[in-house]
Amino acid sequence: MQNIVEQLINGLSTGSIYALIALGYTMVYGIARMINFAHGDIIMVGAYALYVGVSLMNLPAAAAILLSIIVCAVLGITVEKVAYKPLRKAPPLAVLITAIGVSYLLQNLALLIFNATPIPFQSVIQVPSVSIGGLTISGVTIVTLVVTLISMVLLTLFINQTKAGSAMRAVSEDKGAAELMGINVNRIISQTFAIGSALAAVAGILYICQYQSLRPTLGALPGIKAFVAAVLGGIGNVPGAMLGGIVLGLIESIAKAYISTELSDAIVFGVLVIVLLVKPSGLLGKLRNEKV
Amino acid sequence: MRMALLEVKNLGISFGGLKAVDNFNVSIEKGELYGLIGPNGAGKTTVFNLLTGVYQPNTGTMELDGVNLVGKSPSEICRSGIARTFQNIRLFKKLSVRDNVKVALHNDVEYSLLASIFRLPSYFSREKAMNEKSREILEVFGLEEYENSYAANLPYGKQRELEIARALATEPKLLLLDEPAAGMNPNETAELMETIKLIRDKFDITILLIEHDMKLVAGICERLTVLNFGTELASGETSEVLNDPKVITAYLGE
Amino acid sequence: MKWNKKVVVRVLAIVLSYVLITVLLRMGLLNRQYTALLVPIGVNIMLAVSLNLVTGFLGELSLGHAGFMSIGAYAGALFTLNVNMPSGISILLAMIIGGVAAAVFGFLIGVPVLRLRGDYLAIVTLAFGEIIKSVLNALSFTNGARGLSKIPSYTNYEHYTLVFVVAVITVLVISNIVDSRHGRAVCSVRDNYIAAESIGISVSRFKILAFVIGAFFAGVAGVIYAHNVGIIKPTTFDYNKSIEILVIVVLGGMGSIKGSIIAAVILTALPELLRGADDLRMLLYSIALIVMMLFNQSGIRERIKGRIESSRKQKAGE
Repeated sequence: MQNIVEQLINGLSTGSIYALIALGYTMVYGIARMINFAHGDIIMVGAYALYVGVSLMNLPAAAAILLSIIVCAVLGITVEKVAYKPLRKAPPLAVLITAIGVSYLLQNLALLIFNATPIPFQSVIQVPSVSIGGLTISGVTIVTLVVTLISMVLLTLFINQTKAGSAMRAVSEDKGAAELMGINVNRIISQTFAIGSALAAVAGILYICQYQSLRPTLGALPGIKAFVAAVLGGIGNVPGAMLGGIVLGLIESIAKAYISTELSDAIVFGVLVIVLLVKPSGLLGKLRNEKV
Repeated sequence: MRMALLEVKNLGISFGGLKAVDNFNVSIEKGELYGLIGPNGAGKTTVFNLLTGVYQPNTGTMELDGVNLVGKSPSEICRSGIARTFQNIRLFKKLSVRDNVKVALHNDVEYSLLASIFRLPSYFSREKAMNEKSREILEVFGLEEYENSYAANLPYGKQRELEIARALATEPKLLLLDEPAAGMNPNETAELMETIKLIRDKFDITILLIEHDMKLVAGICERLTVLNFGTELASGETSEVLNDPKVITAYLGE
Repeated sequence: MKWNKKVVVRVLAIVLSYVLITVLLRMGLLNRQYTALLVPIGVNIMLAVSLNLVTGFLGELSLGHAGFMSIGAYAGALFTLNVNMPSGISILLAMIIGGVAAAVFGFLIGVPVLRLRGDYLAIVTLAFGEIIKSVLNALSFTNGARGLSKIPSYTNYEHYTLVFVVAVITVLVISNIVDSRHGRAVCSVRDNYIAAESIGISVSRFKILAFVIGAFFAGVAGVIYAHNVGIIKPTTFDYNKSIEILVIVVLGGMGSIKGSIIAAVILTALPELLRGADDLRMLLYSIALIVMMLFNQSGIRERIKGRIESSRKQKAGE
C-alpha cells in the first residue's frame, strides 16, 4: 500500500514536469499550428544556464534561476523569428524538418561547448524532506509539485484574465479574424514562444534538481514524452496539457514499478499510438477538419 | 425518353446543431445541364460534399443510376460515376499537367505493381494508351501545349480548366462543377460556357454546377434549384426560377 | 524494353560506377578507411532512397526509418547466426527475411497512418521507432542491451558486388514505381489528398504501399549493415540514425532519387574526409537542414530567381 502511494507521488512529480513542458507544445501549437520539435531542447538549455549561473558565475540560486528563465525565453523568441517565421506559409513538412534541425543545432552546440561527458550538478533546491506516517517525500518533489501548481494557476489566470491572454485565445481561434481586429499576431506568437520557453526553463530546473546530471541530450526524451502528454490531453488545449502530463507521469511510474523498467518507454509511446488511434483529438481536445 | 440519373431525396446534414442542408431534393435527368444557385453560405458546396462522400448525410437518400451513394467513400463514389471540381482549386501542383490527367485515369487504365517494377510489356502499352487519352482530353481545353509544365505554373484560368479535364478523365456520368467561372473575366466566362456545353455533348455526360455568374447560369442551365439557408427556395425551368419574386428577394434583399 | 535516352543514361551510370569501384579496389588506390566506406555508402543509398519514397513522394515525414532498419538487421542476423548454410545462400535468404520482417512492421505502422497526417503521423513513426528500440532492449533472444555480436561478415568490402547489385535493385524498383500509375497515385496523395480521393484514388492503399515498400528496403539495408559491422545493439538504431537518413533525403532533395544517391555518397564519405571534426558533423547537418528548408520554402529562392531574371532582362534591354 505504502509502495503504491510512493509510486503515485513519484508519478505526480515527473508528471508535473511533463505537464510544464507539454504546456509549451500545446500553446505553440494552438497559436502557430506547428509542433516545435526543439521545445525539449529548451529544457536542456535551461538546465545548462542554471549550471553556468550557479557553478561558473557563482550567482545566488535565485539569480541563476532567473537567468535561466530569461535565457530560455529569449532563445524561444529568437528561434521563432529566425527559423519558423519565414516558413509560416510553407507546408507543415518543411516546418517540422526545420524544427528538427533547430533541435539538433541546440544539442550539438551544447555538445561542442560542454562536451558529451555528463556534468554532475548539485540540486539548488535545499528543502528538507517531509515524513507523513511511514512515508518520506523528498524536498525536491514537494518543490516540484508546488512550483508546477503555481505556474499552472498563473498561466490560467494570464490566459483567462488579462488582455494579452484573451488576444492569445483570439489568435488561436482564428488568426485572420484576430488580425482584422487589430491584434498584432506576430507579437502574440513571440509572446507565446517566450512563455512556453520560460515554462520549459522551469521544467528544466526542476528536472535537473531531480536527476542531478547534465547531458546535451537531456531534453530529448522528456521533450518527446511531454509531447505525448500534450497529445494525450488534446493538443492546443491548455488544461488538457496539464491533465495529460500528470496522467502520463502516473502511467510511466506505475509501469516502471510493476511491469518493467526497460519497457516503460515502450508503454508511454504505446499510449500515444492508442490515443491517436482511438481518439485523435485527445482527452479534452477538439478535432479540426480541413475545409473542402 | 429521358430518365433520372441522379435522384436525391430529403437530404440533410447538420454541424453542431446547425442545419447546413435540410430536406434537399433534386432529380436530374441524363444529359441535363442543371444549376445550383443561392447566396453565399446557402449550403451549395455542402450539397456537393454530400454527393461526393466528403460528408455523410444525417438524413435522406442519394442514388446515381439507381445505385445507392450513401455510406460510400469519396473514391468509391468517383468509381461509381461522379466527378467534381473544387471551389478553391485543388490540383496536384508538383505533377505535370499531363500527369494530373493521368492520375485520374488510374482506375480506368490498369496494370499491376509487378508490371511497374519489372517494366513488363503491359506497362508500356497501357502508359501509351494513357498518354494518348490524356492528350485527347487536354486538347478539348487547349491545354496540350502545357502538357509538360507543372500544374502550379499554369495561369489561373487554365488551372480551372485543368481541374475540369482531370475530372472528365475519370469518365463520370455526372460532373459537378463548383463555381467554374470564379475569378474569370467576361471573355473567359463566355469561352467557358461554350466549353461546358461542348464537353456535355462530346463526353455524353450530365452536369450539375454551382455558379454565381447569372449570365452563365441563364445562358447554359436548363433547370435550376435555388438554395437559401440550406433549404430549397425554388426550382424548375431556368427562366421561370430567375423571374420568381422569392428568388429575386433572396438575392437582392427586401 | 524501349531504348530511349533515359534508359541508356541509367545503364551507363550503373556500369561506369561499378567499373570505377572495381578499378579503384583492384589497383589498390583506396586505403583501408575508404574501402571500409563502400558498403556503408550502399546501405545509406538504400536507406535514403527508400525513405524518399515515404517522405519525398508520399509527403509524410517518417522518423522511424532506423526502426525498420533494426528489424531487418536483427531478423537477418538471427537467421545467419542460427543456420548452417553456404554464405551466399544464407545472406540472400537473410536479406529476404529481414526485408519481409521490416515490411510487416511497415504495414503495422501503415494502419494508424490511415487516420493521421503530417505532424501527428511523424510523431507516431517516431514513437514506433522508440517502441521497437525498447522492446529489442527488453527481449532475451535479441540479447537485450548487449545486442547481437559475431554476426558473420558476409557483406564486407570484398562482397561489394553483392551490395552494389542490391543497391541498384533498390534504386531501380523504387524509381520504376515512382514513374508508374502507382507512383503517380502516391504523389497525388502528397499534393492534395482530397482531390486524390475525388478522382477515385484510395488514399489509404497508397499510403500503406509507400510505407511497406520503404520499410522493406530499409530492412534489407539493415541486413547488409549487420553483416558488415558484425555487432548490432538496440541503440545503434535510435532516433539519431533516423535523422541522419532524413538529412540525406532533405539535402539530396525531397522527391529526387538522383539527389538521394548523390547526397548519400557525399554524406557518408564526408566524415572520413573531415576526420577529427566529428563533433562538427552533426552541427553542420543541423544547420544544413534549417538552411535548406529556409532557402527552399520561405520564398528566398523565388526572390533570388526573380532578381537574376530581371537583371538578365535589363542586360538584354541595354
